[in-house]
Order: sequence, then structure tokens, then C-alpha cells
Amino acid sequence: MGFIPVFIWSFVLWLVLTAGSKGMLWSPEELVAGVVFSGIIAFTTKDVIGEKASRFLNPAKWVGFVVYSIGPLFWSMVRANLDVAYRVITGRIKPGIVRVPVDLENDAQYTILSNSITLTPGTLTIDARPEEKALYVHWINVTEKEPANSEVIAGSFEKWARRLGR
Amino acid sequence: MIEWVIAVFLAIGVFFNLLASAGILRFPDVYTRIHAATKCTTFGTIFIVLATVTYAIYSYFWVERDPSWITIGIHSALVVIFLVLTNPVGAHAIGRAARKSGILPHGAVIDELEGRL
Repeated sequence: MGFIPVFIWSFVLWLVLTAGSKGMLWSPEELVAGVVFSGIIAFTTKDVIGEKASRFLNPAKWVGFVVYSIGPLFWSMVRANLDVAYRVITGRIKPGIVRVPVDLENDAQYTILSNSITLTPGTLTIDARPEEKALYVHWINVTEKEPANSEVIAGSFEKWARRLGR
Repeated sequence: MIEWVIAVFLAIGVFFNLLASAGILRFPDVYTRIHAATKCTTFGTIFIVLATVTYAIYSYFWVERDPSWITIGIHSALVVIFLVLTNPVGAHAIGRAARKSGILPHGAVIDELEGRL
């Protein structure tokens, strides 16, 4: 069942990697070779990618990912770096590992949320536990020892992760 | 004009990569060092690659119509995507392994993972 999503992803990656050989486009030989190699890769890894991977082939979701990574994610990375700069220079830290309850359903949402948390100001995911619906986050400047939700850690990222990984 | 844009991108990138190194030297324990190392290197490298992409686009459209400029631009942009996808995962793995082998966070005000990993 995972054949089609892997095939499409590897073929798109092939097209991106080989762009520019004939003007700005692709030569026919390249396209044929791309189909063959993507087919081989899709056949060998179709059991690895997971059951419901084809839901990420929805173009509306791609737009969502692009908007998310250029908008909120990049902006909070800017703030994260200025924050780290401040802490490197002044050395003012108050670290701790806090438990953050989150309300997510599947693994893709956990991946998106914990990667975003790692890249955003002052937080680093140490452990993700889907079975107890919680993330354990190393926080460089603890302001709230037992947060009731991820709002204070991650802002609006939980909403984004829920929408994007659905 | 374009030189200035590229120079600004490079300056931001190099500054944040330098900050990452300074953070590794200045922070007290492994977790805070991971903070500095992942965030700042990812961000700095994004800007360095952005400088490369700007240069490639400029060269293709205003200097010479050589498709290899396009190739350089696209391949550098792909590096950013892979870096942003893999860097936090590596940080997570190192942090979790460190906590699992019993390294306590330096001066922690709270440690919810105590005895749970």
C-alpha cells in the first residue's frame, strides 16, 4: 500500500535533483531513468514508510507546510536565536525538564511538534510519549513548572501540528 | 547591490554559527549546549545557503544563462530542507540518550524525568 507515496516522493526528489540539464527542464532519458529508479526504491521501501503515508500527497497540505515553515516556524527560529544570543552573552539560565501535556493523535503530529519545539526559543524536546500524551521538554528558562498545555512552551504550534499531520 | 545582500546573509550566517560555538564553550551542561548547537547552527546555515541561492539566481539571470547555476541553487536549497528536518531529530536523540544514561541537567529547578526514563 505504501508503493505509490514512496514512488511519488522519490520521483519528485529525482526531478528536483536533476533539473537544469536541458535548458531549465529535463531530458527524456533522465525522466525514464527516474521512473526506473523511483520504482526500485518504492518497491524496496514500501513497507517502511507506514500505512497512511499517502495522506501527505494532498497539495493543500503542502501549501500548509510551506506557509508554516516560512511563517511561524521561521519567525520563531529568529526569536530563538536572538534568545540564545542573549543567554550566551549574559549567561542567565534557569534550566529544567518539564512535562507538557499535548492533545495529538498520531506520530506525524508528534514529530512535527517536537521538531518545532526543538527549533524554537529556549526549548528542547527530550522525550515524546504518545501513550501518555505528553512531551518532556528541556526548558532553558523555566517560568512555569507544570504547564497545563503547550501554549506557554510552543505558542500556536500544537494547532499547526494537529492540522498538518492529520 | 547584490554583493551587499549576499554579504549581509553571510554575515548573519557566520555570526550565528560563531554564536553556536561560543554557546558550546559557555553553557554549563550537555542540554544547554545542545540548545546552542542545534538552534544556532541550523539558523546560521540557512542564511549561508540563502547567500548561495541568491548568488546562483543572480548569476543565472544577469551574468550568464548557464543551467548549472540553477543546479547549484536547487541543490543548496535542498540542503536546507534536509538540515531542518534532521538537525532537531539528532538533538532529540542526543538529549534523550544523555538523560537516559543519568546525566542530570545542571542547576535544574525541576526535573520531571527523574526516575522515569
